[in-house]
Amino acid sequence: MSPEKLTMMANQIATFFKTQPGADGAERLAAHLNDFWEPRMRAQFFAHVDAGGAGLDPLVLEAAQFVRRPAEA
Amino acid sequence: MKDFIIPWDDKDMGTPAKSGKPVHLTIDGAKVTVPEGTSVMRAAAEAGLDIPKLCASDNLEAFGSCRLCVVEIEGRRGTPASCTTPVHEGMVVRTQSEKLQRMRKGVMELYISDHPLDCLTCAANGDCELQDMAGVVGLREVRYDAAPEKANHFATRDTSGQPNPEWLPKDDSNPYFTYDPSKCIVCNRCVRACEEVQGTFALTIEGRGFDSRVSVGAENFLESDCVSCGACVQACPTATLQEKSVIEMGVPQRSVVTTCAYCGVGCSFKAELNGDQLVRMVPWKHGKANRGHSCVKGRFAYGYADHPDRILKPMIRERIDEPWQEVSWEEALGFAAKKMRGIQEAYGQKSIGVITSSRCTNEETYLVQKLARAVFGNNNTDTCARVCHSPTGYGLGQTFGTSAGTQDFDSVEKTDVIVVIGANPTDAHPVFGSRMKKRLREGAKLIVIDPRKIDLVKSAHIAADHHLQLRPGTNVAVVSALAHVIVTEGLADEAYIRERCDWDEYLSYAEFISDERHSPEATFVLTGVDPDVLRAAARTFATGGNGAIYYGLGVTEHSQGSTTVMGIANLAMLTGNVGREGVGVNPLRGQNNVQGSCDMGSFPHELPGYRHVKGAEVREVFQKAWGVEIDPEPGLRIPNMLDAAVDGTFKGLYCQGEDILQSDPDTKHVSAGLAAMECVIVHDLFLNETANYAHVFLPGSTFLEKDGTFTNAERRINRVREVMAPKAGYADWEVTQLLANAMGANWHYTHPAQIMEEIALTTPSFAGVSYDVLEEKGSVQWPCNEAHPDGTPLMHVDGFVRGKGRFIVTEYVATEEKTGPRFPLLLTTGRILSQYNVGAQTRRTENSTWHQEDVLEIHPHDAEVRGVKEGDWVRLASRSGETSLRAKLSERVSPGVVYTTFHHPDTQANVITTDFSDWATNCPEYKVTAVQVGLSNGPSDWQERYAAQAEQSRRILPAAE
Repeated sequence: MSPEKLTMMANQIATFFKTQPGADGAERLAAHLNDFWEPRMRAQFFAHVDAGGAGLDPLVLEAAQFVRRPAEA
Repeated sequence: MKDFIIPWDDKDMGTPAKSGKPVHLTIDGAKVTVPEGTSVMRAAAEAGLDIPKLCASDNLEAFGSCRLCVVEIEGRRGTPASCTTPVHEGMVVRTQSEKLQRMRKGVMELYISDHPLDCLTCAANGDCELQDMAGVVGLREVRYDAAPEKANHFATRDTSGQPNPEWLPKDDSNPYFTYDPSKCIVCNRCVRACEEVQGTFALTIEGRGFDSRVSVGAENFLESDCVSCGACVQACPTATLQEKSVIEMGVPQRSVVTTCAYCGVGCSFKAELNGDQLVRMVPWKHGKANRGHSCVKGRFAYGYADHPDRILKPMIRERIDEPWQEVSWEEALGFAAKKMRGIQEAYGQKSIGVITSSRCTNEETYLVQKLARAVFGNNNTDTCARVCHSPTGYGLGQTFGTSAGTQDFDSVEKTDVIVVIGANPTDAHPVFGSRMKKRLREGAKLIVIDPRKIDLVKSAHIAADHHLQLRPGTNVAVVSALAHVIVTEGLADEAYIRERCDWDEYLSYAEFISDERHSPEATFVLTGVDPDVLRAAARTFATGGNGAIYYGLGVTEHSQGSTTVMGIANLAMLTGNVGREGVGVNPLRGQNNVQGSCDMGSFPHELPGYRHVKGAEVREVFQKAWGVEIDPEPGLRIPNMLDAAVDGTFKGLYCQGEDILQSDPDTKHVSAGLAAMECVIVHDLFLNETANYAHVFLPGSTFLEKDGTFTNAERRINRVREVMAPKAGYADWEVTQLLANAMGANWHYTHPAQIMEEIALTTPSFAGVSYDVLEEKGSVQWPCNEAHPDGTPLMHVDGFVRGKGRFIVTEYVATEEKTGPRFPLLLTTGRILSQYNVGAQTRRTENSTWHQEDVLEIHPHDAEVRGVKEGDWVRLASRSGETSLRAKLSERVSPGVVYTTFHHPDTQANVITTDFSDWATNCPEYKVTAVQVGLSNGPSDWQERYAAQAEQSRRILPAAE
């Protein structure tokens, strides 16, 4: 998946959680990625985050610390 | 226990069942107790005393025209018609006497004097109520001269050879049945069935007395408003309205009750056969989803089952540019197993996956996801529900605690305000649409939220009270505006909310939704919905009594699909409309077994019963049952599989009964993904579009060729019964088992009942389901377990499944898919009545008579500025691709919106649709695509290239002898 598509998907999820009340948006966003993103997608996600995370919503970047890093394949 | 045996007896009781306090009467000396309001005819039938009748049928209100059902009642003068006479306490009825017999004979004599006596060669011979009644009343002579020179309706010429002006020729314009006026006894049953059961009002009686004729108000049946549901044919007591298949093949001698394989209504049918030749499908009156009704698909469109296009031999090829090679089952399965295992060795355990089908049975789906989890050793399983109702799963799960639709279909009979959002039941769920229309004719209010003027907005004897004709993509804004009105005008049911929902969450939601930005006046610029209309609709819903919301893919297939589902749940909770009859949130599922395929663990993150794979306890259940380790990580969803394929990490796919190339969005991306795979196994009836990219083809079996269960949109588990042996040798569940075993599994199922046992053992909501239970009860709605041994027609009765109902904030976010100078129009897509989904089945039947190609509906204004006239070829382009099709000028769509269907692969509407998707579930945004329309000369270059590639890839070399 291209980093652009991955960024768009992650930002779309962030857009929802940003509208939700409470201060735990980053945790909830991360939980969503952990629940629904296959390890390959999370690996691509981290590759992009580790490379600076260009284009990612700040909430996504904040959530990254709570996202489970997939075991090396 | 006898009371619990399902009524296999299909006897017609004459008039509809009633409910009321018990009334005691005596009929022919027998004591009878029936509910108040019951007719004497029905009371007699319940006592086993059948009164002769012709114009009565228990699915129609009594009419009292044939005068055959006359009876004598003590203390009353004359001989009243038993069908129109209600019982009363202490009534004493005689159904037989010399006088009654004489009268009935007289009536029959008159009927027969104007009816041809060609019984032996008549198509209804042996299945004719007129013939039966002549026998029952003891008709032995016809004194009235029916000679051709006298006026009659059946002789083509009189004795002098002059044409008989009263005779009318047979109308065989409908592909499935004929209308032969010469055999009509004008009993009105067809007319009443069209009105009362179907609600189309296509038929009427023209003329009076001897001149009375059934009329379609048009040149013929095909040109008329008739929707070919078959209700009139079923109602006809003679051969006047007769299935062409019965005319050709004769009256069927045996029948098997089974479940339709088209939409999510899940109608029960009797498959009527001679030997293993299917003669006709007749809706089964005891089917709890359809109550004896049907539509043109289920009733008539089964011809695909023996269409010459069916592939009955397994086939393989090394490369997709080679022709197919027919091989034995053993060779095909060995080839497939070796390839799939080879891919896993080369690219890793997670490099292959499955797609389960919403058209296959629960048992088959269960096995396919088990194949991924237990044999492939990963969670790469997904289903076509991904592209239709996955947001329902997520949205209702978050708010109510379960993705289940809350009601049964019967519930609509108690509804006062029906809300239809992004659904078109009269086309896509026709049998339920008819039940809905019946309730509307009884006076229920209707709110339609749809960009198009669908039939429900205005058709015979029904009209929407409020039509919110929104711009595609603004569902959340409209639903939030409705909630805004309800909250700010003080119409919320606070007592209900306090009792059943999380009050703090409600308060924070109420504050959010009360903000001025959600008001109808503020959202008007986004949605185009008149604020006054929206306010009026909100008030109707909040104050009109039982409110029920029915929604379809017009809700889910958006970037904010899941958010709209949550918004709908909010509306229902705000107004106290969950947890009893007549209310609720009702997702109308597209395909026959969408519900079941989701229940059976088809999704990559969930084991059967909607339990996340991360849960160790749940995995333990299956690890014990299957004897394998289960991966705790979620697998790939369909769009992710295709992305991974393009990336080179996903190389093998087993795709059962699903045509992702035609049905999934952004065709070019799908074909690129498929082309990048090394082994695509297609298991289907036909060489579908996906099969153009396949290396292995395994022949599938139709719903007529296997045992199993389907679960419909009301969670009803219905039996599918084998009515003929699988034409390719194996039912689909057997093929999956053979593939699993070829890959080293050790499965030993010998009947789908054993698979259901395993499902019941592992999945709490199915714990009480077994084939024995289904045989006994006919069907059950899950949850069916120790707590609910008879199943669960209504959800959340004593509180929400998750505990307290949860209000979720639903902020409108515009989709990224925006109109602009290049693509100024919005395309939205849908279905029509006669075709189904990708059309693989219905295109191979006479249903194509009604719809031969996909057309583009465009508003006359948009057409005019582009110089487009009715029937012109137009080019439809988006940023994803372009195709060509013919234009149809229509005011059903607003200016700025165009609409088409996706039933035909040569149009491929999905070349146009984009890869935008729902934020939570990746359900594609089919319903909004920015497009441009212009005149064209015919099919696009892409369409021609696609057709050539498809033809090339469908070549088949015969098996080596």
